[in-house]
Amino acid sequence: MKLPRWFHQLGSPPYVYRLAERLCPWLGGLGILLLAVGGFWGLVIAPPDYQQGESARILYIHPQTAYIGMMAYVVMAVAAGVGYVWRLKIAHAVAVSAAPIGAWFTFCALFTGAVWGRPTWGTYWQWGDPRIMFEALLLFLFLGYLALRGAFDERDKADRVTAILAVVGVVNVPIVHYSVEWWNSLHQTSTLLSEGGPAMTTDMLIPFLIMFAAFTLTFYWLLLRRLQAEIVEREGDARWIRELVAEGAR
Amino acid sequence: MGAFKAVLARDLRVAFRRWSELGHPLIFFVIVVTLFPLALSPTASQLRDVGVGVLWVAALLSSLLALDGLFRGDADDGSLEQLLLSPAPLTITVLAKVTAHTLVTLVPLICLVPLSALSFNIPFAALPTLALALLLATPTLSVLVALGAALTVSLRRGGSIVGLLVLPLTGPLLIFGTRATDLSVNGEPTAAPLLLLAALAALAVSLGPLAIAAAVKVGLE
Repeated sequence: MKLPRWFHQLGSPPYVYRLAERLCPWLGGLGILLLAVGGFWGLVIAPPDYQQGESARILYIHPQTAYIGMMAYVVMAVAAGVGYVWRLKIAHAVAVSAAPIGAWFTFCALFTGAVWGRPTWGTYWQWGDPRIMFEALLLFLFLGYLALRGAFDERDKADRVTAILAVVGVVNVPIVHYSVEWWNSLHQTSTLLSEGGPAMTTDMLIPFLIMFAAFTLTFYWLLLRRLQAEIVEREGDARWIRELVAEGAR
Repeated sequence: MGAFKAVLARDLRVAFRRWSELGHPLIFFVIVVTLFPLALSPTASQLRDVGVGVLWVAALLSSLLALDGLFRGDADDGSLEQLLLSPAPLTITVLAKVTAHTLVTLVPLICLVPLSALSFNIPFAALPTLALALLLATPTLSVLVALGAALTVSLRRGGSIVGLLVLPLTGPLLIFGTRATDLSVNGEPTAAPLLLLAALAALAVSLGPLAIAAAVKVGLE
């Protein structure tokens, strides 16, 4: 099988850097626009929930945050796996760039959940609730990954060792996702993926989905920006970077 | 198979030559278990409620204590590199090393847990389930611990970081293990969590050595 040319070019740092440079305005602009639209729609226009009242507006922030945290882990693990198997430096750079974003979004998911849990469940934090616990474990996995990275002096070795950890830790992701169905949890089950279609009205569903799109675009925007920084750091004083700097100075 | 047996026998012999080190995790376990009642000063019924969790967490922590010896010594004197060069697949040799490590560190620990359970007022009838749950959790735990040791084998001071890597992954183990023990304390059927522990063990033993071998290989590069 012959792979298309652009696919091979994805392994080249200058190509990926320039590709990111071209994609970033679109991802960032569209992401922020959708964040504004979805945020305004969800937080101001959409009707309050008949049971939870205004606090149900967490619906437009929290599930998206948690989803990005998990997706960041999957992106990180897949990139790390690809980097390990094919010794692709750019894939390792993607994995490294995804880790801090994922850790931050996972923390935010825990934080927004706690803020919402107080008026709704009557508690900020429920020890023993499986989804909260596994979400916290996901955060610890991210932190462990970053800590292990930091312990190595050689970047190449750090890449390959942490890749193994990232791939092994991926078992946690399906557990987080299905924990509310496997165990009787305080956490509610998915509203979107419930049997018989989404269990919410259209005027809530639309901003809900817009926010998912907005978070996804914003995540990839952040990822590419970090990736660019990572590439510049790794390539050091390669010729194309010096040319790039000279271009920018002009 | 020959390589498996040879490495297993060698590692057991090496471990028993330094038998005084084998006791450290056990003593650590007993100390941790003693500290909890001191800190909580609980009543007898409270003691039973927290006992199962305390025993499991203490067992996890003490299994971390012994892990440094798993690959470090062999990496330092070069014998790990010889194993890497040998024609036997590294997965098999690694599995042998993990088995030996389990036999000398985790199995004594498991024998100790039911004894300490009695001191926590956990009913005698729940002890077989506790022991069985621990036995089923052991393969998974050994693989995770060995993975932690393998990932940090090239770090001079890996000890402090290993806990960060291994403990988050032990979550499912802890949940199913304590669930099984709790259920049997209350006299309810325990098959489901025990079967899940067995499933995790099968998964860990079949896939774990691949990851451990890969980590050792990278570590020695």
